[in-house]
Amino acid sequence: MIQSDIHGETPHVGTQDDDLIQLLTVTGERVHHQTYSSRVAHLDTEALEGLYRDMVLVRRFDTEATALQRHGELGLWPQCLGQEAAQIGSGRALAAQDHVFPSYREHGVGWTRGLDLRKVLHQFRGEDHGGWDPAEHNFSLYTLVIGSHALHATGFAMGVQRDGDVGTGDPDRDRAVVAYFGDGATSQGDVNEALVFAAVNDAPVVFFCQNNHWAISEPTERQSRVPLFRRGSGFGVPAVRVDGNDVLACYAVTQEALERARSGGGPTFIEAVTYRMGAHTTSDDPTRYRSRAEEDYWRTRDPIDRLRLHLVAEGTAPEFFTALDAEADAYGEQIRDYCRSIPKAESSRMFEHVYAAEHTLVESERAWFTEYEAGFATEGAQR
Amino acid sequence: MTLTDTPPASRAQAGRRLSTSKAMVEAIAQEMERDESVFYLGEDVAAYGGIFSSTTGLLEQFGPKRIIDTPISETGFIGLAVGAATEGMRPIAELMFADFMGVCLDQIYNHMAKIHYFSGGRVKVPMVLTTAVGGGYSDGGQHSQTLWGTFAHLPGMKVVVPSNPADAKGLMTSAIRDDSPVVYMFHKGIMGLPWMAKNRRSIDLVPEGEHVVPIGKAAIARAGSDVTVVTLSLSVHHALDVADTLAGEGIDVEVLDLRSLVPLDREAILASVAKTRRLVVVDEDYLSFGLSGEVVASVVESDPSLLTAVRRVALPDVPIPYARSLEYAVLPRHDRIEGAIRGVLA
Repeated sequence: MIQSDIHGETPHVGTQDDDLIQLLTVTGERVHHQTYSSRVAHLDTEALEGLYRDMVLVRRFDTEATALQRHGELGLWPQCLGQEAAQIGSGRALAAQDHVFPSYREHGVGWTRGLDLRKVLHQFRGEDHGGWDPAEHNFSLYTLVIGSHALHATGFAMGVQRDGDVGTGDPDRDRAVVAYFGDGATSQGDVNEALVFAAVNDAPVVFFCQNNHWAISEPTERQSRVPLFRRGSGFGVPAVRVDGNDVLACYAVTQEALERARSGGGPTFIEAVTYRMGAHTTSDDPTRYRSRAEEDYWRTRDPIDRLRLHLVAEGTAPEFFTALDAEADAYGEQIRDYCRSIPKAESSRMFEHVYAAEHTLVESERAWFTEYEAGFATEGAQR
Repeated sequence: MTLTDTPPASRAQAGRRLSTSKAMVEAIAQEMERDESVFYLGEDVAAYGGIFSSTTGLLEQFGPKRIIDTPISETGFIGLAVGAATEGMRPIAELMFADFMGVCLDQIYNHMAKIHYFSGGRVKVPMVLTTAVGGGYSDGGQHSQTLWGTFAHLPGMKVVVPSNPADAKGLMTSAIRDDSPVVYMFHKGIMGLPWMAKNRRSIDLVPEGEHVVPIGKAAIARAGSDVTVVTLSLSVHHALDVADTLAGEGIDVEVLDLRSLVPLDREAILASVAKTRRLVVVDEDYLSFGLSGEVVASVVESDPSLLTAVRRVALPDVPIPYARSLEYAVLPRHDRIEGAIRGVLA
């Protein structure tokens, strides 16, 4: 194995702590930040317990889905393990009317949008295209083409501008759009072109980059010589670097960026420094390209553990955690049962929705296919 | 409103004579007036008015918020249009040359064309991708291709290719109103541009007011009984010229203008060939693996006995040369069309 030097003693672009915004330390202590502390001051114990519950249940969902894939119940699973704080913190900062373009492991963000995460399983079980209505939750469908949706988010934001839903001052009307992508996607032309357009158009869009340190097997040092957030200034986009395993800091910086977008102040680039504790997807084996020591290092920075330490120190009762464990177990069972009950897709559905309305070519091919399939039924009856 | 699927000669009593580019612009302007969600973006589409005059005057009429000059990043603005379309807008994005599809194809065929399908029909992408095609003016092999066969090969987007001013207007109206993405491919040689080779068929009668040409309907540009020429775009003009010449010899050529490639009007092709039994396909796209083969295959698959003779006139499978004499040699022009017609009649 080639040892990557990414989290050793040497400073590295992915781990330098300069400019890193943090409000909750690894050991669960709240720290003051001149700009951002005020944005989480209103979060009382109950709210923090809510964030903790979000992260625990999303992790359970993710763990169950991984297990279901191992049992052959899902074709593939992209894990969000380790990125719960980045996703829950940023997701909980959103207003209902804000719109999210996720990439493919933003299960935690989906959770904050009120999406029944079990619907995500339809696609990965290979029985449905998509699985939810984006308009219902303002949460677009997953995109597996890296970075392409940063442009869709920016175009969507330009539509929002043209609808006049920016800078009205009405908190229920002004909208922002958020594109979630990873460190690898920042090398894609699509993401860079999105930054160009968003900047010159003051598009109400937030680019939320989860730097989880690995683009499948390639470390962040293969993507950039500078911390990713510094790219923002080249485009004229305000950028901020945040501890992505700190749910409070992620909440605060996202809230600030959303406010800027909704008020007409234009885009923001957020780099949330986190770690992909699992594989890229269930198809790969991280031991081929990264060290156990590195994984152990990040295990000590687990986003859920640090909030738990904080809650315990602040006096959250043990019963809270016991009850949550029971809730997670029940949720896990629901996920397993639901997954196995997803109906099989009818093969004729392959002809649906190729175009928005009936299309002569598709209809003639559907007719041919139906006749072809019917032939097997006749054949079977004759035997 | 006029709804037309008949040839230009028999329609548009109330029309004025317009160039194809002015007819195209008129349709865009009328739809932009009718529907606030329509906007146009691309390179040099604002003050310049489109390098092939596809947007002349629109900036003055609608302002920079709806006629948007973009940076030179085709992936960028086509992706933007996709996103805006999912938000409820009806964007028109102009790819300056179809040849530039190479830098932005992912947004076109993986996103514009597939989002509706992979959303289970929940997300519509009602956008138009306009693009200039074709050669004949020494612009080199990276600025002269039609490539419509490539676009038409990829599912999820409709493809229209007008050949005359009235259809340019009517197909644009339909394209903007369609809830599926539509690729609208205009040949530089039919636009009526003063700096192009003079083309008398590029200025013609265009109906005033709302004018809709349905997508998926071919038109008989010239009725005839001896041979069917199936073609599209600028080649329709050449085919009509040849038909006029041959009429003097008593050869009666039917010219079928496809107008839409997706969906392809196979019924119209079959109906014409059933009458003439002889087929010439003229296509300014590469010969192999393309439109000309698709047309012939459609006929043969339907009834192998229908045809007595068939010829294809297309670009040979070489890059389009820059040198004028070489370029004209590869393009499907009058002499080759005439030769093919005589060939199927021999």
